[in-house]
Amino acid sequence: MPKTILIVDDSASMRQLVAFTLKDAGYDVIAAVNGKDALSKISGAKIDMVVTDLNMPEMDGIEFIKTFRTTAGNRFVPIVMLTTESQESKKQQGKEAGASGWLVKPFVPDQLKDVVKKFVK
Amino acid sequence: MSMTDKHKEVFREEASELLAELEGSLLELEETPQDADLIGRVFRAMHTIKGSGAMFGFDEIVSFTHEIETVFDLVRNGKATVTKELIDLTLEARDQIRAMLDAADGEPAGDKTKRVKLVAAFKKMAPASAKGSLDEKSKKTKKEEAESELITYRIRFRPVADIITRGINPLMFLSDLSEMGESTIVAQTCDIPLMTDLDPEMCYTYWDIILTTEFGIDAIKDVFIFVEDECELKIDVIDRLTGTDGEVSVKKVGEILAERGDISAESLQNVLNKQKRIGELLVEEGLVSSDQIQTALTEQKHIQGVRDKRQKVETDTSIRVASEKLDMLVNLVGELVTVQARLTQTAANNNNPELLLISEEVERLSAELRDNTMSIRMLPIGSTFSKFKRLVRDLSNELHKEIELTTDGAETELDKTVIDKLGDPMVHLIRNSIDHGIELPDEREAAGKPRRGNLHLSARHSGANVLIEIIDDGKGLDPDVIRAKAVEKGLISHDASLTDKEIFSLILLPGFSTAKTVTNVSGRGVGMDVVKKAIDSLRGSIEIESEKNIGTTITLKLPLTLAIIDGLLVNIEQDSFVLPLSAVQECIELTEKERAAAHGKNTVTVRGELVPYISLREQFDMAGQKPAIEQVVITEVNGMRVGFVVDHVIGEHQTVLKNLGRFYKEADGISGATILGNGSVALILDTQKLVESAEKREVAR
Amino acid sequence: MSVNGITETTQYLTFKLDEEIFSVDISKVREVLDFTTVTKVPQTPDFMRGVINLRGSVVPVVDLRLKFGMSRTEKTVNTCVIIVEINIEGEVTVLGALADSVQEVIDLEPDQIEPAPKIGTRLRTDFITGMGKRDNQFIMILDIDKIFSSEEIAVVQGASSGSGSE
Repeated sequence: MPKTILIVDDSASMRQLVAFTLKDAGYDVIAAVNGKDALSKISGAKIDMVVTDLNMPEMDGIEFIKTFRTTAGNRFVPIVMLTTESQESKKQQGKEAGASGWLVKPFVPDQLKDVVKKFVK
Repeated sequence: MSMTDKHKEVFREEASELLAELEGSLLELEETPQDADLIGRVFRAMHTIKGSGAMFGFDEIVSFTHEIETVFDLVRNGKATVTKELIDLTLEARDQIRAMLDAADGEPAGDKTKRVKLVAAFKKMAPASAKGSLDEKSKKTKKEEAESELITYRIRFRPVADIITRGINPLMFLSDLSEMGESTIVAQTCDIPLMTDLDPEMCYTYWDIILTTEFGIDAIKDVFIFVEDECELKIDVIDRLTGTDGEVSVKKVGEILAERGDISAESLQNVLNKQKRIGELLVEEGLVSSDQIQTALTEQKHIQGVRDKRQKVETDTSIRVASEKLDMLVNLVGELVTVQARLTQTAANNNNPELLLISEEVERLSAELRDNTMSIRMLPIGSTFSKFKRLVRDLSNELHKEIELTTDGAETELDKTVIDKLGDPMVHLIRNSIDHGIELPDEREAAGKPRRGNLHLSARHSGANVLIEIIDDGKGLDPDVIRAKAVEKGLISHDASLTDKEIFSLILLPGFSTAKTVTNVSGRGVGMDVVKKAIDSLRGSIEIESEKNIGTTITLKLPLTLAIIDGLLVNIEQDSFVLPLSAVQECIELTEKERAAAHGKNTVTVRGELVPYISLREQFDMAGQKPAIEQVVITEVNGMRVGFVVDHVIGEHQTVLKNLGRFYKEADGISGATILGNGSVALILDTQKLVESAEKREVAR
Repeated sequence: MSVNGITETTQYLTFKLDEEIFSVDISKVREVLDFTTVTKVPQTPDFMRGVINLRGSVVPVVDLRLKFGMSRTEKTVNTCVIIVEINIEGEVTVLGALADSVQEVIDLEPDQIEPAPKIGTRLRTDFITGMGKRDNQFIMILDIDKIFSSEEIAVVQGASSGSGSE
């Protein structure tokens, strides 16, 4: 069974690129535009990994990660944040909230695949 | 439109929307400059344009937007305020982004000088805290990549205890490392608390990894990048001419000095050895526990092992012994085991505690002696492999083929007798692969393959067996051709339904040869049936897999040793027989009633499944009356369940296998003999042969 | 008249098969054992009596009487197994031969040995090296290598699916 990856990003083009890349690598993808949207879309579903942007309206990445982790089944799910190089402090906050890793934009699709593969074996 | 163009198009639409929204937000912000929500929106718009823009190659937009984003980040964090000037500049910047976005197809992009001015203005607004310039990072990473030398590292990885709750499985780092080269991983479990204090969500284990790799130290650090602040990570270079602190640059200085002749390699090594000892002293200074010292020492051994393996040469700690002497030793041990069995029996009968004690001691010693003796006979198969290099070279020259021989598992150990007898069949198989398998360079090129063919020999352990594979990337076997030939030779009927695997195994039958032209190489009148016979005599089996134009893999499955057999001892009348335990699945009873119920068929029902059986009493034409209840030993032969009917099952019996000698070379269904505790001889049954000859009889009937 | 190849005094072990006296070159004989249990190997000719345990080695035992067309050797107190070393295609093989009784070791001069008569013996002439003459008695000297030569073994092997003697 293919692994399911949740992608959370408010940028339509990013969502599309990430979703396309991951589907191409054989994963199932659920896409959401922000934290709130993501939480409603995954309720009950088993997620194998999360790729999330940090700056988003309504519920940003940090808050989303914190909320996501409170669900028992999501305690150990790997979460990769999409950051930009100027977000050192954000990265730290994300890690404290429970993110497993990060990917600095801009990245090429292969980098994304590599990181995902690292977590989802 | 390519996928990239499609993504770009989506980005353009998205950016246009964001820019429209940005304009509105800026105008509103002019009215309510404190509105955090509006500030956030402006920041996000810039952030998204920058972040996504970078993904799709809008580099100019990215570097331009970066400056604006930085200022709004400060505003957002209360470190700067919204002014009329900022709004004006941002609106102008927005127009510039718009222009760049529209022009991104290669047209001249807007007003460049204006943008330079804008950038300068934004930079002035975020003076000191402007951090993280765009290309700072990329400068750092490209360091030493030309390193192709194998370096052995010792890596200590101790993650923070709550690493798992961050969704990180520490094992993923270990698996990443093992993909980088040869690794030995030691899990250190001394910190695991008692069950009562243990939090199952915490990781108490830490790991010591010995890694031999071509990668540099930075590549190793990169593996741990997501936990670099949440783990203790120590990487030491421990093998090769390097400094002890892992600084690759130090190693280079040492090398240069040695190359220039300023110091000798030897004295360099001496110095380095001293340094290593300093490392050990540090350990002893109480900085770590004695447990850790112990494990460190174990590791040291591991490294030594890795190093030894790498530069494997015959060392002077080994001696050469004539194989006859070894055979003699094995025979003597065999005798000892036999006498010991008798002693055990006698001791048990006499019920003398002192004698029992002695006999148990003798039993233990002789078992140990037997195991040790057998292990002496084990040799790595590597020497056999390397013999084939010349063969491959000569044959490829002769046939004008380009062939590369690769091997792995050369260190796999096998009984000497097996290795000795393996040479001929392997030569034959290799000849076949080169002659019939691998194509001429031109043919290969035409088929889209590299001109140079590959012949791969591999050996590995699998339970009590060794698997040897001969893999070529040649043209493969053609099942249709083999089938046609087998029909022509009357080996199978033309309408026989066979799987490819079954068809391939036809080439093992006597008199089968697929070569269309007789060459010097394979035209020797020996077919694959000879190979099969040789492998059979080693109690082994052959499996052939092949795919057209991809290649052929021939797998030889051989027992680790021929000298010892784990068997099941059974009786018929007064005679004892041994069935190889590896083939035995279960034993059931066969009553007269059940025999009657089968209406003369030799089958028995086991849990609803019909299992055919062979009555050994009948097969061997043995006199006497069969007992009321017989025993069926159910075995697996060629993937099929077959029962062997005997009078009694005595029990398991590990024994030294004896050859029956040339007088009984062809004895049907008997692969050898063994000597029992009472000194009598029991015959070892060859289940495969017995089934084959039973099948032949059936057909003849 | 002497026999080719026999140029010096040689010792022979004599034994009886069904009241007839046979002998083999003593240098071929390793030892003589009492006849104990023999394990029959199924589906082999009757004259191949089976295998015995000779101090850890498995050694085949042949019933010479059956091989020579006499009746089967029955076990008596005198029945022995003569362990001989035979040479087959340059390879030394150890084999046990059943004898009704073992007699003695004798010296025979080359001139005491005559070629075997073409007819009159119950054996195939090529199994006999010669006839030793001693005290007006003829002793058949067996060519033990020949008896168990590869062709003979081939016969054994070929007959292995049958059950009777030759």
